[in-house]
Amino acid sequence: MGAPLTVQGLSICAGANTLVDNLSFSVQPGEVLALIGESGSGKTTTALALMGYARSGCRISAGQVQIGDTDVLALDAARQRGLRGRTVSYIAQSAAASFNPSRTIMDQVVEPTVIHGLCKRAEAEAKAVQLFRELALPDPENIGSRYPHQVSGGQLQRLMAAMALIGDPELVILDEPTTALDVTTQIEVLRAFRRVVRERRATAVYVSHDLAVVAQMADHILVLRNGRMSELNATGQILSAPADDYTKCLLAAARPAVRASGQASGDSALLLHVDQLSCGYGAVDAKGQPAKLILEDINLKLYRGQAIGVIGESGSGKTTLARAVAGLLKPCHGSVMFDGHALKPTLQQRSPEELRRIQIVFQMADTALNPSQTIWRILARPLQFYKGLHGEPLKQRIFELLDLVKLPRTVADRLPGGLSGGQKQRVNLARALAAEPDLILCDEVTSALDTVVAAAVLDLMAELRRELGVSYLFISHDLHTVRSVCDEIVVMQHGRKLSQVARADYERGPHHPYYDLLARSVPELRQGWLDDMDRAAATATSSTREALA
Amino acid sequence: METSTSPTAVSAAAVLAPVPRERRAGPLRWLAGFGPSGLLGLAVLLFWLFATLLGPWLLSHSAAAMGSTSNVFAPISAAHWLGTDYLGRDMLALIIQGARYTIGVALLATLLASGTGTVLALLAAASGRWIDAALSRGLDTLTAIPSKMFALIMVAGFGSSVTMLVVTAAIIYVPGAYRMARSLAVNINALDYVTVARTRGEGTPYIMLREILPNILGPMLADLGLRFVYVVLLLASLSFLGLGIQPPAADWGSLVRENIGALAMGGASVIVPALAIASLTIAVNLVIDNLPGRSARERGAR
Repeated sequence: MGAPLTVQGLSICAGANTLVDNLSFSVQPGEVLALIGESGSGKTTTALALMGYARSGCRISAGQVQIGDTDVLALDAARQRGLRGRTVSYIAQSAAASFNPSRTIMDQVVEPTVIHGLCKRAEAEAKAVQLFRELALPDPENIGSRYPHQVSGGQLQRLMAAMALIGDPELVILDEPTTALDVTTQIEVLRAFRRVVRERRATAVYVSHDLAVVAQMADHILVLRNGRMSELNATGQILSAPADDYTKCLLAAARPAVRASGQASGDSALLLHVDQLSCGYGAVDAKGQPAKLILEDINLKLYRGQAIGVIGESGSGKTTLARAVAGLLKPCHGSVMFDGHALKPTLQQRSPEELRRIQIVFQMADTALNPSQTIWRILARPLQFYKGLHGEPLKQRIFELLDLVKLPRTVADRLPGGLSGGQKQRVNLARALAAEPDLILCDEVTSALDTVVAAAVLDLMAELRRELGVSYLFISHDLHTVRSVCDEIVVMQHGRKLSQVARADYERGPHHPYYDLLARSVPELRQGWLDDMDRAAATATSSTREALA
Repeated sequence: METSTSPTAVSAAAVLAPVPRERRAGPLRWLAGFGPSGLLGLAVLLFWLFATLLGPWLLSHSAAAMGSTSNVFAPISAAHWLGTDYLGRDMLALIIQGARYTIGVALLATLLASGTGTVLALLAAASGRWIDAALSRGLDTLTAIPSKMFALIMVAGFGSSVTMLVVTAAIIYVPGAYRMARSLAVNINALDYVTVARTRGEGTPYIMLREILPNILGPMLADLGLRFVYVVLLLASLSFLGLGIQPPAADWGSLVRENIGALAMGGASVIVPALAIASLTIAVNLVIDNLPGRSARERGAR
């Protein structure tokens, strides 16, 4: 049973900057409050402050945090340590980074009880097994004797929840616990978390940037922006009738808006034809087969002006496909035809003109821009390299490009370090556009961005497609994103193409079971979606049982 | 800030948010970035550089510096500010003349070692694995030879001259600089912006010099400073063994050796060159540790 949480006038400073400004809220026992906002809005900082903890350089400057009868901030360091892991527990985003790889899982899961001297080891282990069962982990009796690298990411995340819950905490803080997981795994983990939280009636604070996920978990939602509270209301109220402008904006960004496609596909020329492409890493044997095959027998046709989405879980070979098309990885079998000509397998063999026509945009804008070059130099280089522009025409073209991606011209003499994530991604796009390519390979371009910023970048990309007629090969793990920009979706799993779905058929099934599974796993922005899914799954299993009987 | 319901409008507003401009500071601001200990180091370093460049010219105007007296191992006095050596020569003049050898040879050798190491490392990182393997294993072989032993062989084989010393010290310190630069460059080479440059069709020289080099320059400068200290110490020890600068010219290491007899008599002549070596090495380290922007980088994201 959880304890009530009350926060009064909480402020957190880092030097002269106020990260969290005068935040007040309360959570009733057994309720789940979601903290939502973009990165840098102070979500995690607030969540950590609930345990009386401030990251180095930060300071809790004012306010009161009350869990049950305890005033957390008034306690001394030793008492706060006693509180953590017992009264309050924390589930971090990356479970892989939170487990010690050299100790067994059971050792680490029962550790809180050992540290706080709550119960005997045998009791604690029995309790852990019980928790493993509740969290729907496979083989609950024996999973504890494995090491962290022997279980999957989703299982590790649930094991971390077991670690957090073993001391029967009164307050559980979940900090983006499913952000790093694939959609199909995410739904499993969400299900487990929700059941445990409900059954134990624990008070929980759920930190996330994903409204759709939060809608399944939380009773109340607190929208944070720049460390201030924008809105606090019941989940249903926020979703149906948001009061604050920023909340409306978040909702709009989270709802997938279909961006109109440029040209109708089919009547335009064939631009890219990937024919029976196979790729791999490692030593090549006598038959020319590499030791580890990443891509197998991929066929793909992309017409001029079309956008094709490639979707799949991590490790499905999406990025490898882009690298093979770009010439970064030599295929072991098959060919890539571009505009009627066969592309040579490696970069060195391709002509500058061929290279110009295919550009690649990467996921992490931070590592895709050279930190020691100004935006001017980054944009000028492809113009000089391909077109030999200099002087006034170069300047004009750079300004045109900046206008095109809707960046102010003043950013030209800044370094990438002085730009926000969304701005960097725009520069990244502008650099690709500088070459005036026919095809842009987009590798998870919006995955590292906040929902609102990502929506704006997607809008921009759709607009560029309409105006310039470029084609995209759009790689993503997020079905929402892919659906909203692409005309067709290619579904990949284990390096094979499973199916190809056209835009008109997105909603019309049935498709390949894996596509349906992916489509079903994307959380919808409404309350009770997860319950519906559970019910559907239950009916499905019972009907199969009946059918079998 | 006004927010609106359209996501585009909000992001446009975020785009226009002012970003503080940190660069464009005057030289004074840059100096202030060193902090007190860094400034102390910088002052000592500048003093020695000044002595190296202007010392001979200053000494030619001083009578005391020129002639030698019969007063051997004299203590510090008004006539001889740092006492005299085992031949009765003025210690201050010798130190200032020695600074040219110690600092000059060390600086040349360090620049040569770091420069060669960095260029080879960039080549190894930016080109294929065969060149990388050949360079790395070749330089590993050099590392396996003890540095003093190598210097002994070089001096025994080719005789001791300033050029010889510079080349020897450079060869000894190339592998270290190479390893340092290569480990940095390999990481940069794997980043997306280098991949983008490759897909653009850029040649190896462009990737080496424009994409990778600027991003490893900071750590390599710090490494250069450290290596300078090692070279100074190597030269001093070689001179102490009598293999370095040959008399009548003398660097600080040989000054220590020549005047070792003063140790028992408490003369200043053995302490002063030792102090000079210590102050130079410490000063260089202080400057490197406090290079402006270094602490900012450590605070920064990566």
